[in-house]
Amino acid sequence: MATRARPLTPIHWLGAAFAALAALCVLGPLAAVMLRADWPPALGPADWAAVRFTLLQAVLSAAVSVTLAIPVARALARRDFTGRRALVTLMGAPFLLPVIVAVLGLLAVFGRAGWINAGLQGIGLGRVDVYGLQGVVLAHVFLNLPLAVRLLLQGWQAIPSERMRLATALGFSGPDMRRHFERPLLRAILPGAALLIFLICTTSFAVALILGGGPGATTVELAIYQAFRFDFDLGRAALLGLVQVAICLGAAALAFGAIRGQEVGAGLDRPPMGWPGDGLVSRLGDTLAIGTAAIFLLLPLLAVLLQGLPALADLPVGVWQAALRSIGLALASTALALSLALPIALLVARLTRPGLVEALAFLTIAVSPLVVGTGLFVLIRPLANPVALALPITALVNALVALPFLLRALVPAATAAEATQGRLADALGLRGAARLRHAILPRLKRPLGFGAGLAAAFSMGDLGVITLFSTPGQGTLPLEMYRLMGAYRTDDAQGAAVLLLALTLGLFWLFDRGGRMDADTR
Amino acid sequence: MRHTIIATGLSIFAGAAFAQTPVLTVYTYDSFVSDWGPGPAIEEAFEAQCGCDLQFVGAGDGAALLARIRLEGAQTEADVVLGLDTNLTAAARETGLFRPHGIAAEGLTLPIAWDDADFLPFDWGYFAFVHRTDLTNAPTSLEALAASDVSIVIQDPRSSTPGLGLLMWVQAAYGDRAGEIWEGLSDNIVTVTPGWSEAYGLFLEGEADMVLSYTTSPAYHLIAEEDAGFASAAFSEGHYMQVEVAGILARTDVPDLARDFMEFMISPGFQDVIPTTNWMYPATAVTLPDGFEGLTMPERALLLSPEEAAAVRDEAVATWQRALAR
Repeated sequence: MATRARPLTPIHWLGAAFAALAALCVLGPLAAVMLRADWPPALGPADWAAVRFTLLQAVLSAAVSVTLAIPVARALARRDFTGRRALVTLMGAPFLLPVIVAVLGLLAVFGRAGWINAGLQGIGLGRVDVYGLQGVVLAHVFLNLPLAVRLLLQGWQAIPSERMRLATALGFSGPDMRRHFERPLLRAILPGAALLIFLICTTSFAVALILGGGPGATTVELAIYQAFRFDFDLGRAALLGLVQVAICLGAAALAFGAIRGQEVGAGLDRPPMGWPGDGLVSRLGDTLAIGTAAIFLLLPLLAVLLQGLPALADLPVGVWQAALRSIGLALASTALALSLALPIALLVARLTRPGLVEALAFLTIAVSPLVVGTGLFVLIRPLANPVALALPITALVNALVALPFLLRALVPAATAAEATQGRLADALGLRGAARLRHAILPRLKRPLGFGAGLAAAFSMGDLGVITLFSTPGQGTLPLEMYRLMGAYRTDDAQGAAVLLLALTLGLFWLFDRGGRMDADTR
Repeated sequence: MRHTIIATGLSIFAGAAFAQTPVLTVYTYDSFVSDWGPGPAIEEAFEAQCGCDLQFVGAGDGAALLARIRLEGAQTEADVVLGLDTNLTAAARETGLFRPHGIAAEGLTLPIAWDDADFLPFDWGYFAFVHRTDLTNAPTSLEALAASDVSIVIQDPRSSTPGLGLLMWVQAAYGDRAGEIWEGLSDNIVTVTPGWSEAYGLFLEGEADMVLSYTTSPAYHLIAEEDAGFASAAFSEGHYMQVEVAGILARTDVPDLARDFMEFMISPGFQDVIPTTNWMYPATAVTLPDGFEGLTMPERALLLSPEEAAAVRDEAVATWQRALAR
């Protein structure tokens, strides 16, 4: 929808500055690595093979994740049942897990010695082999389906209940609902969600290699590891980082080009009500969608829990200290991420062609943490001791990495708020802080809570750049868990994984719940 | 009032000047300095005798450690680097950042002779495929493994030092036939992991019959978990060794202290800690804890010289990738 040009206020300029800062935090270190390299850097055939495999698996993973997310999010939006909220929170857990925990949980179910194969062999059937491209996609869907579901669910929940009342009064059928509500909302949200998941999958390394079954599953990120650690070819590492920048911007151009403005309409934020055009078939379909997704997402978590619970009680004291450190770190990066994301989201909602701004912020998840971390290290070293700054640097990097998730949660809601309440506020002559507080922010409460939860959980669970700067006594909980694994202490590592899972989910739940306080009945 | 402040300032300054203990900075791999690694005990033992402050800095694994040193170059703060292996020392030497350690390496008990002027070993181990003792048909050679249907998990040589060790093992045992052996092994390999931890975790979950690790791995299960259910398969070609070394940086401003540390490194105060923290063999003759005596002891030790290892590395990785990219 064409809108008249609206002036930018200071908070929008702040958003522009923050978006530029986020991009600079990625491109600056990349340039720093480039400058340290021998010239001219070059990519070999193996690198291009890695680029091709990376694109293939990421496109498949993103496509499958968002496709499967549609029936699940739809079902969760339309049904109300006891424990629904708890289920929604729990089903989000795979996205919040450190990858190695997720992989071990997944293999406990789908692996060669997993429950499914044990069951198949028990009834005399053969064995399913999880390793290969199908395994890579399975794992990426397991990790990212929860994110896709939550992003789509936000869209369904944003449908104003007044509209639903109207639809009910008009006797809307299922197809009517799809045409007038669901398709527009999918067109507004699906491309952004797919982009986000695609980009997460392009920097996958351990998951792709382990589930891919061998060097045929070499991703760009692994090629960067090889260039940096094995060959110490900084030029190749930086060039591969540039390839990631190109992939990010190209994919963002495609995705944001595909977004069609959402115009579901304004409401008075009354509690939602029943879904019009609801029949037995759709009820059965919804039950099936929720049930299947719950089993797929929760069984591996159950495996993680069963393996880790026995060790939880006598975890070494260092693990608890690391847990405290991680909670502090998560809170700091969440605060930072929120302060960066809100102005950027408001800016994006204001612009008629906002793709570039958001794409810049998306660079933070598209470019290799190894390259960015190394570049930061090179940049900071002449000024200060990076090892002494390990925790602040990790907090900053985690905040930057959480930025795209926050934006994807905030931007659709902010755009909708601008399009509806914004016009009303303008007509009333509301400006500046008052306009923000009365017209826009109340509509952002739920995505803010959800986004903050994601940021906190992400910072809690991510190994991040701390590995590049670590010294004894500074470890975060994920790092401490890896250290336990590396010291044969598998039982303790599994206990630490359960602690991490509980804390991450707890933080996510607190923020997410905070965003829904006095919002509605769901 | 102002005088008090000045006096306080002066006395702090003076105190700092008198209390200034020399600092020895040692870069090492991350698991060395974790609470469960050798780091804490070694720091305590060395500080008790050196009148110095020993500061460990952890950096990933051996390969990441070398990358870190190369990145920092001559401006590095490290006095000593501890944790490279002989597959990395040729590249490390080539940087020109290290200086000869100047220690007569007497009393080393490695299965091979040691004369490296720049690097001194602190522990070593044999790579081996570890399995549970209920595996009845454990193969007796790499070739027999390739011909069998025993499943294995290995590490990627591009991101893991054990992974690179296996590459060198096949290379040292079979030379030009390495490609053929890898093709034979490709259907035994369940998957390839980025590092040792993931591979060992997968093995413990039952995803494969055997995992590439060390002959000393069963000792951990026996000693720390009182579980005698693990063993390593003895291979007739011999076993490739991993020799872990340390070296002194040329730029160090505490060369004497660095040398003291290297001497301490091959003394009992350091060596005694190694077997049950790093789960490797110590480099000198110290008494091994109970449980080590029953471990597989290979009849032949294989090890390429640092120069050979560096020369064959890239071709070996290419061969490996071709054979495994089915």
